[in-house]
Amino acid sequence: MAEHGDRAKLLAGGQSLIPAMNFRLAQPAMLVDLNAIGELQYIRENNGGLEIGAMTRQRQVERDRLVAQHSPLLYEAMPFIAHPQIRNRGTIGGSLAHADPAAELPAIAVALEMQMQTRSQRGERWIPAGEFFLGLFTTALQPDEVLVAVRVPRLPPRTGWAFMEAARRHGDYAMMGVATVVTLDEDGFCQAARLVYLNAGDGPVNAIRAAQWLQGEKPGPSLYEAVAEEASHNEIAPLGNVHASVSFQRHLARVLTQRALGTAFQRAAPGET
Amino acid sequence: MATVTSTHSIAVKVNGITYERQIEARLLLSDFLRHELGLTGTHVGCEHGVCGACTILLNGWAVRSCLMLAVQADGHEIMTVEGLSPGKGTLHPLQEGFWEAHGLQCGFCTPGFLMTLLPFLEENPDPSEEEIRQALSGNLCRCTGYQQIVEAVRLAIAKMRK
Repeated sequence: MAEHGDRAKLLAGGQSLIPAMNFRLAQPAMLVDLNAIGELQYIRENNGGLEIGAMTRQRQVERDRLVAQHSPLLYEAMPFIAHPQIRNRGTIGGSLAHADPAAELPAIAVALEMQMQTRSQRGERWIPAGEFFLGLFTTALQPDEVLVAVRVPRLPPRTGWAFMEAARRHGDYAMMGVATVVTLDEDGFCQAARLVYLNAGDGPVNAIRAAQWLQGEKPGPSLYEAVAEEASHNEIAPLGNVHASVSFQRHLARVLTQRALGTAFQRAAPGET
Repeated sequence: MATVTSTHSIAVKVNGITYERQIEARLLLSDFLRHELGLTGTHVGCEHGVCGACTILLNGWAVRSCLMLAVQADGHEIMTVEGLSPGKGTLHPLQEGFWEAHGLQCGFCTPGFLMTLLPFLEENPDPSEEEIRQALSGNLCRCTGYQQIVEAVRLAIAKMRK
């Protein structure tokens, strides 16, 4: 990669790059296939969280006991990614590096504050998910860098999560989706919250202002409604397409946000309503 | 821009037989199976991973053969629809189910459906209707309306239990 720079492309699962090549939308002069590198396929515990090799197949993540145990949000979202035949081949690192704004994993990465590990001849570095996605199919990866692993931090106690999306058909690109992570303090007030949307702009959209409205508040339906209104009308910037107009996408975001917050806060404080 | 074509020699086991070929790096696995090996049971529909017609098993996992390069199959095991029947004149229970329940009309999509279902039913031998429909969501059929395909799967399950 150091030698060929932009002219070369890394081939991970190929579930986005090969269709683009089939259509001649991408015509890389050179492909570097990562599929034979077994060292990039692993899932292991890391400080109560997880470390996942970039070439780990989505199917493996979807069925992994450690993922279910340590990262329930990731576990919940995996089956929404395309179809089984795609997840059998597609990789976690490939989807993150591709940075499709309509994909699930970039939104999950930001919601979970994942750390991306990259490697090049110049060395290694860690990039927080919040600084990794720069725009439409654009990341902070340099042309000579390879995404080698992601770290998923451990969730704090009294933390709930939810992933929800609306698609025309199971496995299709979602018209709108949201990932949320919320933490309660010991008195049942919201201590921290994140709301991250997919297919809502030119990358995963982190609705920071709406999430701030939750902070210090007692969770409840009227609060969820106000937060959903703020996020869906003022923070996301959906582009609209043949499947869903912008106003329908905003409507979906509003409904999904309310439902996701309800589920997440319930999970954060099981036993209470 | 000048096109540089590199060739590679690969050895792939397909339906139990090892094939060695010298191929271009850019060749898709689906085209390799059809044009190099003459295994035309694997159909090519959309060529961008949407229709599922080209589904094959790679080391037992259902994948789209149009979204892989043939060189990537080097050293791996592939099963295509040709490998499904146990012998001449006999059909796999899945094929029997599709035949008897009219799970196909033109048949173009059928190989993909069969190869998607094989590992699915091995893992989940007693699926609900919703699970069947979800398992088939990555395969498009423009003739049947899917109703008969779901019935064909149920019939195949009953046959496999016997």
